[in-house]
Amino acid sequence: MKEVILIKNGELALKGLNRRTFEDMLIKNMKHRLAPVGKFKFTVAQSTIVAEAVNEDADLDRAVEIISKVFGIAAFSRAIAVSKDFQTILKNAEEYLADDLMGASTFKVEAKRSDKKFPLKSPEICREAGGYLLNKFPHLTVDVHNPDIVVNIEIRDEYAYIHGKQIKGAGGMPTGSAGRAALLISGGIDSPVAGYMMAKRGIELIAVHFASPPYTSERAEQKVHSLLRQVAKYSGRIALWVVPFTEIQEKIKDYCPEDIFTVVMRRMMMRVAQDICARERAAALITGESVGQVASQTMPAIACTDAICEIPVFRPLIGMDKDEVIEISRKIETFDISILPYEDCCTVFTPKHPKTRPTIQYVEEAEACYDFAPLLEQAAKDARFILIENK
Amino acid sequence: MQAYFDNSATTKPCPEAVEAVAYAMSENWGNPSSLHFIGNKANELLEESRRAVADVLSCTSGEIFFTSGGTESNNLAITGAAYRNKRFGKRIVTTSVEHPSSDEILTKLEGEGFEVIRLKVNSEGKVNEQDLFEAVTQDTILVTMMLVNNEVGSIMPVQSIKRAVARAKSPALIHCDAVQAFGKMPVKPTQLGVDLLTISSHKIHGPKGVGALYIRKGVKINPRAFGGEQEMKIRPGTEAMPAIAGFGAAAKALPDVKKELADATEKRDYMVAELEKIGGVEFNSPKDALPFVTNISVMGIKSEPLLNYLSARGVCVSSGSACSKGKKSRVLTEMGLSHERMESPIRISFSRYTTKEEIDYLIDCIKNAKNDIRAIK
Repeated sequence: MKEVILIKNGELALKGLNRRTFEDMLIKNMKHRLAPVGKFKFTVAQSTIVAEAVNEDADLDRAVEIISKVFGIAAFSRAIAVSKDFQTILKNAEEYLADDLMGASTFKVEAKRSDKKFPLKSPEICREAGGYLLNKFPHLTVDVHNPDIVVNIEIRDEYAYIHGKQIKGAGGMPTGSAGRAALLISGGIDSPVAGYMMAKRGIELIAVHFASPPYTSERAEQKVHSLLRQVAKYSGRIALWVVPFTEIQEKIKDYCPEDIFTVVMRRMMMRVAQDICARERAAALITGESVGQVASQTMPAIACTDAICEIPVFRPLIGMDKDEVIEISRKIETFDISILPYEDCCTVFTPKHPKTRPTIQYVEEAEACYDFAPLLEQAAKDARFILIENK
Repeated sequence: MQAYFDNSATTKPCPEAVEAVAYAMSENWGNPSSLHFIGNKANELLEESRRAVADVLSCTSGEIFFTSGGTESNNLAITGAAYRNKRFGKRIVTTSVEHPSSDEILTKLEGEGFEVIRLKVNSEGKVNEQDLFEAVTQDTILVTMMLVNNEVGSIMPVQSIKRAVARAKSPALIHCDAVQAFGKMPVKPTQLGVDLLTISSHKIHGPKGVGALYIRKGVKINPRAFGGEQEMKIRPGTEAMPAIAGFGAAAKALPDVKKELADATEKRDYMVAELEKIGGVEFNSPKDALPFVTNISVMGIKSEPLLNYLSARGVCVSSGSACSKGKKSRVLTEMGLSHERMESPIRISFSRYTTKEEIDYLIDCIKNAKNDIRAIK
């Protein structure tokens, strides 16, 4: 008897001829993410991936916790693989699922038989196993419509697999299958959620953070590390670039009209981020903007920001309410970190009365007062690299 | 010669813990909430300590909340869960042999209108699983049970609680007082199926005055103290950094628990065999008790004179638990021991530092005590 994890890869099954590529990518991701727990062996059979620890003392609880956050998995379950002898199957089902069965009042057995040479047919397996378990756990009753627990018995080529409840996976597509993009992250509630959502669609994340000491503190940057560490539990490790932004912000303050500070600043950020993207071969930017949330996120303001972007800007939160964003941030456990009260680069020099309908012409005139290009180039060059591991 | 056999009361701090306490008082003494570099450095030490403790429990560091020790953790868990959950019911299920830091707060809650069901233990100091299943009802809001009994070392069926709660479809939170088990046997909250779990530093060779409460991710309880934002407002107040750093260091210094458990079992079995040779010694701990705790009665000699006699010879043991000295043991009473055995219980508790030489010396002293103390009488 050995314990394994059975993984169902939802959307991937629809991928036709590319399916194998996606599966390989998923397996590679899982291998990497499970490395702290131990070495795992993966086998693919009939749209199910079986993950099995190579060393016996591997902590499967931790493995399951990790797997539940890997994108590209629709559902999974912990199972035991046993030899295809019916008595062995019954005995193991009784022992392995004792915890669940003791905690339930009602149950049913479901059987799948892909090995048609197995002497019992699926309904027979259900009937026999049901009777056996009723006998062993007299407190139980059978309920085929709404059972507390379903005992699954799958007879496959090499082994019979026994498992209880199926757990919902993180969904989405395997990280990396959609290419690489850069997340602009400040430390608020939105950007980590935006990163999570794009990673879910298979994008490999890098991150760009703008630090403006002394206006922002070391704590603010640590907060970003903590946020990304949390996102990395889903997306895999993230390369973070911390851009020294103080001088640029000071020059904006010195040379540009106050009502347009934020939009100019965002355009500067986009330019630096694009430089980093070009260098790091990332094909898009990701931001946590949502229409109308603040003055720099009105449609005209977003138009001004987009005007200097040469690569796509993904804004997965664009149509979401704050409540909806918060709900996701609580789910991925970034909320409590996000609300720590440190100044971030976006709240430095916030104008009292920002322009909500800036025109591109107005913004470009404001920027023309100072030659920002050399500063921007330097900032991208001086960006500090930090690798955020998914631990 | 000195021989310390009272490790269930407290343990000798390990060098790593001593060093960490000194470091947090001499070099890294900042307030973790301060935003300057000295504060940042203290905050790093705080989080590093939290991770070290979390690693031992195989949980995430966000699930560890530092407190002043086992008593506070038990109080916080029990009141926090009871008040949080009171809209679902008033029924709390526990055992009749809990540590006073659980039992007394439960008595207080009883006074406030909560109904507390105390499950009896059998002659082995354990509750019966069937009783547990019957006691947990749909309006039960909290089940609290110790993992290892502090007086006799019996291991309780904590793992069955979640089965009972699931079967009853009860909203109950599950709390486990794991003070005596932590660091001595594998303790994994997820495997035990508990929502809240109490641990203490000074039972694992760390400093006194610090412990922790594990609160499973997503579980909410009410705080008991109010003030700052520390420990996510569950336990406000400037963090006791020297103690916390010492706790973290002691957690990090814990050796492989499974191996220690095997070692302790071997030492315990050796001691039991030697004690049996003396004759007139009854074993109050069950055979499958945690090997770090052995409760015996040396028949005919009352606990206190034996304790004094051993102490005069450099041997430290305890009569029952250190927390209720002098009183008749509730646990042994519950186990239904004979009057004679109840007169003379002695608790011998090991640590990873306990040696065979110490055990031999203890055996010699008990042998002599049997002659000498009778002679006095």
